[in-house]
This record gives sequence, C-alpha cells and structure tokens, in this order.
Amino acid sequence: MSNALHQLSAVELSQRLQAGTLTSRALVDALIARHEAVNPKVGAFTALDIADVRAQADASDERRRQGKSRGPLEGIPVAIKDNIAVKGQPLTCSSKMLAKLVSPYDAHVTEQLRSAGAILYGRLNMDEFAMGSSTENSALQKTFNPWDLSRIPGGSSGGSAAALAAGLVPLALGSDTGGSIRQPASHCGVVGLKPTYGLVSRFGLVAFASSLDQIGPMARSVEDCELLLQVLATPDARDMTCFDASHRQPLPVAAPAALRIGVPRGFLGKGVAPEVVQALESVLDFYRRQGCAIVEVDLPSADLAVPTYYVVATAEASSNLGRYDGVRYGHRSTQASNPIEMMTNSRSEGFGPEVKRRILLGTFVLSAGYADAYYVRALRARAKIRAEYLGALAKVDVLLTPTVPTPAFKVGEKASDPLQLYLEDIFTIPANLAGLPALSVPCGRSGQLPIGFHLVGAPQSEAKLLAAGKLFEAAHGFAHQQAAL
Amino acid sequence: MSQSTASSDWEIVIGLEVHVQLHTRAKVFASCGWGFGQEPNEQVDAVVLGLPGTLPVVNREAVERSILFGLVVGAEIPERCAWDRKNYFYPDNPKNYQLTQKDFPVVVGGKVEIELPGASRNVMGEHKWIRLHHAHLEEDVGKLSHAGGGSLVDYNRAGVPLLEIVTEPDLRSAAEAEAFLRSLVAMLTQAGVADCDMEKGQLRCDCNVSVRPRGATKLGTRTETKNLNSISGVRDTVIYESARQIRELQAGRTIVQETRGWNAEQGRGYVLRDKEDAHDYRYFPDPDIPTLLISRDTVQRLQQQVPENLYDRQRRYMEKLALPYTAASVLVAQRRLAEWFEEAVAAYPANPQGIANLIANDLLRDLAAGSAESSGEGVSTTPAKTVDDCPLKPAQLAALVKLTDEGLISKQQAKEVFAEMFKTGQDPMVIVDQKGLKQNSDTGELEKIVREVVADPAVAKSIAEYRAGNEKAINALKGPIMKRTQGKANPGLIDQLLRKILG
Repeated sequence: MSNALHQLSAVELSQRLQAGTLTSRALVDALIARHEAVNPKVGAFTALDIADVRAQADASDERRRQGKSRGPLEGIPVAIKDNIAVKGQPLTCSSKMLAKLVSPYDAHVTEQLRSAGAILYGRLNMDEFAMGSSTENSALQKTFNPWDLSRIPGGSSGGSAAALAAGLVPLALGSDTGGSIRQPASHCGVVGLKPTYGLVSRFGLVAFASSLDQIGPMARSVEDCELLLQVLATPDARDMTCFDASHRQPLPVAAPAALRIGVPRGFLGKGVAPEVVQALESVLDFYRRQGCAIVEVDLPSADLAVPTYYVVATAEASSNLGRYDGVRYGHRSTQASNPIEMMTNSRSEGFGPEVKRRILLGTFVLSAGYADAYYVRALRARAKIRAEYLGALAKVDVLLTPTVPTPAFKVGEKASDPLQLYLEDIFTIPANLAGLPALSVPCGRSGQLPIGFHLVGAPQSEAKLLAAGKLFEAAHGFAHQQAAL
Repeated sequence: MSQSTASSDWEIVIGLEVHVQLHTRAKVFASCGWGFGQEPNEQVDAVVLGLPGTLPVVNREAVERSILFGLVVGAEIPERCAWDRKNYFYPDNPKNYQLTQKDFPVVVGGKVEIELPGASRNVMGEHKWIRLHHAHLEEDVGKLSHAGGGSLVDYNRAGVPLLEIVTEPDLRSAAEAEAFLRSLVAMLTQAGVADCDMEKGQLRCDCNVSVRPRGATKLGTRTETKNLNSISGVRDTVIYESARQIRELQAGRTIVQETRGWNAEQGRGYVLRDKEDAHDYRYFPDPDIPTLLISRDTVQRLQQQVPENLYDRQRRYMEKLALPYTAASVLVAQRRLAEWFEEAVAAYPANPQGIANLIANDLLRDLAAGSAESSGEGVSTTPAKTVDDCPLKPAQLAALVKLTDEGLISKQQAKEVFAEMFKTGQDPMVIVDQKGLKQNSDTGELEKIVREVVADPAVAKSIAEYRAGNEKAINALKGPIMKRTQGKANPGLIDQLLRKILG
C-alpha cells in the first residue's frame, strides 16, 4: 500500500492522528490538493468550502493538543451527500429547486459527526432528490465512475461512491431508499451499508420515501464503515421512527464462527451478467471453505419487489415533495399572476424529468379510484415480502446475492429507458421494503469495473453483516482500492 | 312525491364539524410555542415551516387534551391512533399536506347533553343528547392574505393543535345547534381542554345542513358551509340554508351537494365549489409518525381530571341543594364559580340558597362591573373577571350568610357588608363591627324604648286591636321601634319584649 495520505483508510489515519505523526490540517491539505487535481474529472463533489474545512481541521488539531480529542473520528474528514443537512452549507439535493438553499440547521447525523470531532468535508453529488441509479439525474453536474470515466458511478449516492473510489475522502455518508448506497458502492468498488430502518435518525435527511429512507456509512473498507456507523447509530427524539435506547442492540458483537448463508433459489438467473455470476460463485466458495453452510432459500414474492417499490416510494415521494412550491424557500417562478400559478410554475421549472415522472406516478397511485388497486395492494405485497424475508432470516444468518445484476453501464446508455434503469435495484430493494440491514462489499472485476456482493440480515444484525464482510475482505485484495486518476 | 308547502312540514337535519384549538404550550408536531397576537411568522421553526429534512414529533400534551375531551363526553379511547396525510396545495399549508387522523382517530363516539331554551329565563328547557361520531387531532394551517397587489402568508397558526369534533346528524334546528355549541364550549373550557375564544379563532365550525319532508327516513342531499367562526354564524347559517333548501325543493328543484361559504356582514351564504370540483386529498398513512399506543394507565390518569358534567351538577344543585333553576344554571356555567359556590356551602351547609343568591345577584354583578371598568372603552379583549380576581373568599361569603341567618344583621345590611367585603376581602364580622351595624340585642336599653313607644297615644288603637285578638296588629308597633333604634334592633327581641309588655 502506498503511503499517500489520500490512499489511507480511516482506521489508519485515526491511528496516525492519535500517534501524533499526522495532523488533521496536513490531512485536509493533502485531500484538498487531491480534490483540485481529481474532482474536475470525476465530478463527485458539488461544493467544498476549503477555508471552512481548514478551520475545522485546525480546531480539531487544537483539541487534540489540549487532550480533548472527541474519539476515533477526531480530525477525519467525512463527505456528506447533498441531501443531509449541515448548518450553513448548501442542501441542494442536486435539484434546481433547491440550488440556492443553505441549511439553517444540522441533521442528527451531522451533530453526531461534529461531536465525534469529524471534519464535515463538502457536499456530494447525487441523483436529484435521490431518484435514480446513475447520478445522471443530478441537475447540477455529471459524476463519472473513477474506474472508467465513460461510465456511470451508480446512484443515487454516486458522488459518495465516486469520491471514495477516487481517493478524495476516506469516509462518506450516503442515503438509501432502494439501493442508493449499495448500488453505487458496488459500481465503484467500495463498501456501503444500509442500516436497519430506524437505526439511524432521518432528522435532517431530505425525504424521498420516508418509510424506506435510511442514512448509511460508505468507505473503502468494511472496518471503516463500521467505525462511521458507530457514530451515526444513536437515538434521536426528533425522529419518531428512530429506535430509542431501550430498543437498540449493542454494536459491535463478536462474529459467529460459522455463518449459515442463504442464497435465494434462482437468483443468478436471467439478467445477471456472466462475470457477476462468476464473481458470486467465488464468494460462495470462499465462505464454504470458511466452514459456512450455504443454504438455498425460497423467497416467492421477491418478483413483486420492484413494482411494489415503485408504488410505495413514488406515493410517499409525491407527498414529500409537495412542500417545494416556491412560497417559503427554493426556486420561485417569476412567471405568475397569483399564488397558485406561482406554485405550479415553480414546480414545473424547478423539478427535473425523473422527479416529475415519480411525482406523477405517486399522485396517480394514491388517487381516488386507483389507490386500492395500487397503493393499498402494494402495502399488502410489502407486508408479504417482509414476512418472507424475516422467515428466511429465522433459518439463516444472512442472505447473499449480487448487489447489482451487471457492472456499471455507459453514461447515457439507459437514460432513455427508465424501466430498464429501475431493474438495477432488483437485489437491493427488498431490504428497504422489509426494513432490513444490507451491506455491499467488493468481490471482483469485470475488466476494470468493480463487482460487489450483497448481504442482507435480520433487523439490527449489522454486526453480523460487518463481520461476514470483514472475513471476506481480509482474505481478498479488494479493500482500499482506488482508481488511478 | 307531494310537495310540502309550509316550512313546518320540513325537518331540518344538521351535523357539525367543530375545530377547536387545544390549550397546549407547544404546537402539535413541533416544540415551537404558539399564542395570540404575535407578529407574523414569529412563532415558527424549521419543523413548522416544513424545511427539507424536518420531521414531525407528536406532542403528548395535545394527545392527552384530546383524550381528556373524549373522557368528558364518555367516548371510547381506542388503544391506538394514527395520522394520515391529507394532500392539497395551498400557500398557507407549509408541507402542502396536512397531518390529520382519517382512519384511527384518538376519540371514537361519545355524546353531549344539551339544554334548549325554556319558556322563560326562569324555566329550564328540554334536555337532549347529541351523539358524536368521533374527534381527531390534526394541525392547523397558516393564514393567507392579499395586500397591495401581492399575497402575504403568516405561519404562526400553522401547526397549532386542532381537535376536530364531528357530530352525528342529530341536530334538528338552529336552536339545537346553538345549544350544542354552548354546551360543547362549556365542557371544553371546564375540563381545560381548550379556551374556545371565538374572537381569536379558537373555535371554527363546518355546518352540514339538509332538509327532508317531516316523517321521511332518508336524509336529504346536504350542503356543507365552511369556516364559521361564531355560534351566531352557525345559527344564522342553519336558518338561511334550511330556508334556501326548502324554497328550492318547494319550487321543484333539487339540492346540489356543494361546499358553501358564509358572508356574516350580508347574512347570506354563497357557493364555494360543487361536487365536481371536490379535492382528491390522496390520503395515506403518514410514514413519519408510527401508530401511537394509548396506554390504559394514561386513560385512567386522565379520567381523574374529568370534572363533573355540567348538567349533572345543575341537577344536583336543584335536587340536593334545592336551588332554583336560574341560580343553578348561572353557577354551573363556569367551573370555578361552581367550585367557589361549593366551597362556601362546605363552610356553611345550612343555607345553600342564601349563598347562591349572594353569588348570582351581588358577586356576579360586581365582577361584571369590575370587568367593564378595567376594559375602559368597552374593549372586549380584556378577559372577564372571575371569582379568583376578587379578594373575597368563599368561607367569608358563607360567614356573611350565617350572620344574616342568625339575625345579627338584616338582609339589607348584608348587602352593605358584601359590597365592602368584595372590595377589601375583610371578614364580615370586622366590617359589621367597624360600621357599627350589629343589631341591638341589649334587652335593658331596648325595653326602655319599647315601653316609651307603647306609651305613645298614637299607637293606642293598635294595642287595643292586639289585645282584642288581632295578632297582626302588633306589627304596627315595630316600625316606630326600629326607627328609634336606627334599624339596629334585633327584630326577634322586639317581638318578645312587646308581647311581654302588652301581656
């Protein structure tokens, strides 16, 4: 491993900072230099306030000098997806609608990072309002896959995954509604965890689909992901869906010696690329050699996941995005003669095509006369999917699949076919519908392009997922990899 | 169907949806406070404004006030309640959806006793029970106003807790609707659920009216008149709208199901929108607020806070304490007044009527006078003075009644003493002593005066009549005696002495 600061893991950086061989200021200066050279090619960040970052780093170094270090993340930069509120910084959601919005408050996770001494390091590009799987829906800029700049980084947390793969930052926050952490992690060869629904507060996360959204950690190793998760996963009375202290299981726990790994019957069927099949088979071989039992499980309703998701998620989104009307904040149309017209025109001008498509779809499935056929049925299907997953996870420790059926596609390749794009999330969506934790870990290559595998566990089994991921990671060379840019 | 012609051939059917702002410190889904008379957009925070990323948190105080209301009206408090989103676009609605309870309201059923006006002020009218369908807890919206060619929006009211109380179609006249609202307001304020200050918009009604030929069982087509902010507005709307519907039907036309508004200045209703323009609110369960479980412990604890029902109290005063209807109805109208009365009765249980009379006549008059004084030029926003605003204590009032009953002072003197007590809060005995009002019970001195009066030739005729067996003739001697003692003599003692001296 090279000694360049941008290539080091958060754990390694933390050790150097604690040992006094590195200052946070030297670290951010190195990352800023890297940023200036590389970000223009990758387009991961939409904003980086260099003066502010340096001031935060100096303050961190000062705390350390005074013996007031706030923990392992003290002085470590964490980049934040542009849908998570940081006081005084942009909160654009990569939308024209919020292009000029500066957040007046901190998200819960932001407060947690501050109190852990982390450096809040810039804003990361994303699909507009987290709707997409390629980050091509950003209204602000394009983001490219660092392993092949002609390809997409995945999405919607494409900026987060690309920033990690390009060595622009050691840790990043993403958000995941149907795979938005795990799919770009897989495409960029990094690690991404979607926590159990309720483990991390959503206060300060701009809502896409409230019953599915979770903030999660992203990093270049499972170990780094775990380090970040421990700071994020704390109770918060401002989110009624966030577990209170009495409903939390301790993190971390010792890894079980031999896992029972469930693989859904027929999961490597139609639509999964041969190189992905091959990579997955080698993952299964590895776990088998470690003494794990590989068990086939039946998830008969898994085929309902994608349609169910696109009803539930769009229904909630159509309501969640209602507030963007130009009245209080955000884009306001100048072409209007009365308030209602102003609201209509502001929305027509402020939202991009994918966001409009989903608002229309969500409005339709909730409409009188259609809600029973779509929304209510989707809730029933969701309950069935959840029951099947919980049933399977009562028999096995984790479920293992690819994260995405194919490696990253070319920029523009699927832009004209949203339905094709929706299938990118076929393996990741069930964990959101069922509220389960899920982890994507790099496991192979198709040429330069990374391939990831996907572990899903029972509620609050994050420790088990992370242990299984670390076991694989320790025996393979996929962790800590960065694209040569 | 034969056309009915007289309006008495028609039955009016009314259902009300009453929106009441609950008495809470914080808003219903935010920690932000609220109150009346603040500068626009002073009482807002990130959650109230629906800033991106903010989430609602249910205010327990608002839920408990709602449950308390349910217990006051004997409703069911389900073990779980939940919130739904009602989606519609309007600038006063910060999220463009309103959090409300569509399928799982906090209060189910219940009934409210009402009292219709009697034949006169002194006669109790008919009582009737009005069933409630349910009551649900939701958030109020802001206010949009138009000024100088532009529009302004104030979000101070947005997120204020609103309890929407929905009746069954049990009301049959404007008088019943008015009686229902008066009874409801009394119950809400007496339990501390809400203040119901209509001038501050704390109570607003939607009024559903239909008519049908008397004897028909099927309900007629109804119209809904929205946003009435006074009891008289509801009364006038029922009168106007029922008359309009009867006219329409008598003319052979049909009633269109529509949403209407009410112009109080002109005293007339108008169409807001018809059924075709009705909103599709696209209700769905709010994913940010989990189903709320209401523990039976909470319900039991709140049950302790339920005050005695208004009309149960009135019946008790009339039946157990033998109060006349007028005094009883005046006392029960305010919970503090009734409690004050009961404290006085506890201090002197022998004469509840005497206590009630002093309160209903003297105390309330002086309190009203005090309110008028402090509000200057009739500014109506000054709150009326209550019993707790005067220095007089219930036990002192009881002592005054006792002094009168024991003959120590006359009823006329009691009024004088009361006026002083109301101002100073002094004990009645102290005032009696200071003013030298004590009735003269000194037998020696009084006997001298009685003998002098009896010796006066002017009363000889009365004495003769008395001695001839006319008992009442003795009263003619009492007046001159009283006059000579300046009213201070104990009338009982005068009577005794006269009978002794006259033999």
